[in-house]
Amino acid sequence: MSRYSRHIILSDIGQEGQNKISKARVLVIGAGGLGCPILQYLAAAGVGTIGIMDFDVVETSNLQRQILFGTSSIGQNKALAAKARLEDLNPTINLIAYPEALTQNNALVVFEDYDIIVDGTDNFNTRYLINDAALLTHKPIVYGAIYKFEGQVAVFNYKDSANYRCLFPNPPKEGSIANCSEVGVLGVLPGIIGTLQANEVLKIILELGDILNGKLLSFNAKNNQTYTISIPKSDYIITEEAFYTNKTSAFECPTPIEHISFEKAIQLENVQFIDVREPHETPKLDLEQCISVPLNQLFENFDQIDKNANKVFVCQSGIRSQKAITFLKKRDYNNCYNLEGGMQSIKTIYENR
Amino acid sequence: MNLKVKYFGLIAEITNCSEETIAFSKQTVSELLDMILNKYPALKHKDFKVAQNMQLVHVDTKITTPEIALLPPFSGG
Repeated sequence: MSRYSRHIILSDIGQEGQNKISKARVLVIGAGGLGCPILQYLAAAGVGTIGIMDFDVVETSNLQRQILFGTSSIGQNKALAAKARLEDLNPTINLIAYPEALTQNNALVVFEDYDIIVDGTDNFNTRYLINDAALLTHKPIVYGAIYKFEGQVAVFNYKDSANYRCLFPNPPKEGSIANCSEVGVLGVLPGIIGTLQANEVLKIILELGDILNGKLLSFNAKNNQTYTISIPKSDYIITEEAFYTNKTSAFECPTPIEHISFEKAIQLENVQFIDVREPHETPKLDLEQCISVPLNQLFENFDQIDKNANKVFVCQSGIRSQKAITFLKKRDYNNCYNLEGGMQSIKTIYENR
Repeated sequence: MNLKVKYFGLIAEITNCSEETIAFSKQTVSELLDMILNKYPALKHKDFKVAQNMQLVHVDTKITTPEIALLPPFSGG
């Protein structure tokens, strides 16, 4: 048992506490910026069963903050790559990878197998899905979320406390809040926030200290300030029937998006290029038919976009432009194309023109 | 009463500060928000919640303490 000796000699943990940790079953949803440090510390601490759910694959741009992965993991599913790394870190625990997305169809069944659900996702749809599924299965949620240099941590639905919908009852207007792939994030920030989440998980398991139960902690990496508010419990309830028949925007799947190469895009008639990057990003798409509407401001400014034109959306790598298209398609904007691979893919062609 | 109003995330980007002092002579959170939205019209389209005295409050709550916070949801991970 020397692996956990530094835990066991702590009087607040001891062998009894370590036994609680080894009996615990924790599901971590999202093995990205938040999920990596959460998983790393929970596995190292000896949490007996850890579920890892992520449908996504490792990309080079993840390595700036997703510390379980290396260059050799690129292209692998994140849940499987994380499991492989954690098996080396701690072969004495049970690791279960779910290389799939959390959906209405699998959420309740998977949640039943765990004591604590950890939200390390990067989008509102999944956050609301986790919240409602955890309410139905009576599981506590350890929530974390980040934005540029700031993060939030909370524990919801633990001992009948408030849940995420008591704080934000419904998902925000689409496109009004950006995620890391759209606006960037300080690499160390998810490390801090994810580690705070892992700490709350262990405190719940050990029934130790003051748990952030029904409280939201905000952390600012620029000035090290924290600000914690308490959240009164609202009267929100969800039934299983409502969960499965939920047709609100919360669980909707995006519609398919048409991709187009730069060569084909410039041959389109009546074409408008919409650059959804932040104004400071280069190289500029220096075309007469190009307007700048940063994704962050799309909600206020989408009336600048010509509904009748063939619309080609441009960003740096082709991710934000797809978000813009999904947003506009829901508002009946047709003839939308995504510039495949974004400015990165056309940089040389474009610079040589 | 002089209120210390704290801003977070995207809200702080729009106000261009993480906190400021606002002279307030009215009663409720909603009246304070009217003043703030008037000063920063871009906030009208943004989602956020208001805390008073470190507690989430409804907009019809009467302001009784000098510190208010505006907190938006974050989605990143």
